[in-house]
Amino acid sequence: MKIAVCVKQVVTREWPLRVDEARTWVEDRDASFEMNEPDAYALEEALRLREQHGGEVVVCSAGPARAAQVVREALARGADRAIRVEGGGLAAADAAMVAEALAAAMRDEQFELVLTGLQSDDQGFAQTGVVLAELLGIPHATIIMEVQVADGRLRVKRELEGGWFQWVSMPTPALLTIQSGINQLRYATLKGIMAAKRKEVRVVEAAADLVPRQEILEIRVPEKTKQTHMIAGSPSEAAAELVKVLREEARVI
Amino acid sequence: MANAELHADLRTAVRELCARFPDTYWRELDAGEAYPEEFVRTLTEAGYLAALIPEELGGSGLGIAEASIILEEVNRSGGNSAACHAQMYIMGTLLRHGSEAQRRHYLPKIAGGELRLQAFGVTEPTTGTDTTQMKTMAVRRGDRYVVNGQKVWISRVDYSDLMLLVARTTPLEDVKKRTDGLSVLLVDLKKAVGHGMTVRPIRAMINHATTEVFFDNLEVPVENRVGEEGQGFRYLLDGLNAERILIAAECVGDGRWFVDRACRYARDRVVFGRPIGQNQGIQFPIARAHVNVEAADLMRVRAAELFDAGRPCGAEANMAKLLAADASWEAANVTMQTYGGFGFAEEYDVERKFRETRLYQTAPISTNLILSYIGQHVLDLPRSF
Repeated sequence: MKIAVCVKQVVTREWPLRVDEARTWVEDRDASFEMNEPDAYALEEALRLREQHGGEVVVCSAGPARAAQVVREALARGADRAIRVEGGGLAAADAAMVAEALAAAMRDEQFELVLTGLQSDDQGFAQTGVVLAELLGIPHATIIMEVQVADGRLRVKRELEGGWFQWVSMPTPALLTIQSGINQLRYATLKGIMAAKRKEVRVVEAAADLVPRQEILEIRVPEKTKQTHMIAGSPSEAAAELVKVLREEARVI
Repeated sequence: MANAELHADLRTAVRELCARFPDTYWRELDAGEAYPEEFVRTLTEAGYLAALIPEELGGSGLGIAEASIILEEVNRSGGNSAACHAQMYIMGTLLRHGSEAQRRHYLPKIAGGELRLQAFGVTEPTTGTDTTQMKTMAVRRGDRYVVNGQKVWISRVDYSDLMLLVARTTPLEDVKKRTDGLSVLLVDLKKAVGHGMTVRPIRAMINHATTEVFFDNLEVPVENRVGEEGQGFRYLLDGLNAERILIAAECVGDGRWFVDRACRYARDRVVFGRPIGQNQGIQFPIARAHVNVEAADLMRVRAAELFDAGRPCGAEANMAKLLAADASWEAANVTMQTYGGFGFAEEYDVERKFRETRLYQTAPISTNLILSYIGQHVLDLPRSF
């Protein structure tokens, strides 16, 4: 099975976030970066599918030059080769722009299965995979918990609200957006890191005419506030009111 | 691939592996004086302890720079490389001085973790750094050596399959130079323990799996001798620079862990209405500790560059070990002070790391002996002993 996995490089969770001067992105010049967490699970799922069904896993990423690090990491974990779309404007690009950059580089490969993480840890729109599927002209399913392949078709388990799941059968080629935590991630071995040096990485320049559809107007850090709400009345009235507030406003019971 | 990229990839990968072994893992081991078997198995299976073994013998053929990054990251994560660092470098004696047959037989198994060679029997109760005075004798009888004597502070014997043993094969009074007449033997612990070799654990300030070892007519086949008879002291010295650099890197890892923790606590802990890190009495010692850790790191990097280029690096390796051990110890003290009373509570891990990093003032070589090396061999001052 020819599988593509799309990975994004994001700022590590340990990095103390500061809004940049333009107030439209975070100050990330000296940040340390890592692979977007749901993408790491998508990669693991792809590697497992390859182990079960054979084929190859191609890691695809669209981002600035520094994103080469997560591509190497994916190769070290076991991906066979990589396609890296490079463009400075992709660092904080919206989902449509990233999907367009990826689609242009991936289209000719005719992948049977494309996996992405459910969403990115930075912008979190959960749209890149969905838009990419549309651009590639293939069906997609989101929030995937489990993937089974049989007779050229997919059987996938989707996570719904409230602890419900849904099994969906779909044809290939298809795109799935993978939920975090669905498998146990493997470590990059030292031999894997060394072998990654010899694997093919096709670097593609992002098209010059890519333009974002969205504009970030302002990023704000939530302000910590404390509010005390005194409930008046007799003990029984106050208790009833408290239950009502907890249920309807705080929604914790 | 540029080295910088490889180094960054190594750091990322080792950090991710270590993240699965959180503070609580190490804390519980410490409380129970238990060996980190799962961690060591994981690190071994992922190939990191075979970094220095050549590729054709099953390792990755990397340099001391890369090996040191691996150990640094383990200590930086809050763990303790001392549990397994020796698996990385004791094999160096076998690699450099063993016969082709020994190399082919042992090194691929050591690389794969099937054989653990992480005990090195040198120190004795009455002869510490004065190695040539060692009392343990290996007397040749036909195709075997018969060993009698005693060693102390031999770590990880209970978690090793093989031990390198240094013993006198020619009595001191019969050699021209006192550094002659020592030999290195490879002891198969499965066969030896209970058959001429006794191991007794030593309870210590840190969880280090250290022991004293007694030899009572232990028989070791002559084919298990590494290199030539009588040349053991030279082989021993050969491995020291690598060890110094690796330990320096562990100290840098400890130092960075301490500075990280001290900063985090100094930012979060509010007393008199402000974070304590706002007080320069707290802030400046942390800043100074950071400066010294980073400076020590530069000497470690320099020593590693020289080592990997095959150039003499005795001075730099020793200086790196001294600077890094001092810097990590300073950072440990600063962190204890920053945490106040909570530094003494086990659940913050500071007291554990404090005890662990204190070791490097003393072992594998004491700070004074490094100073005496620098004085005599680098500055050409008169010998003090």
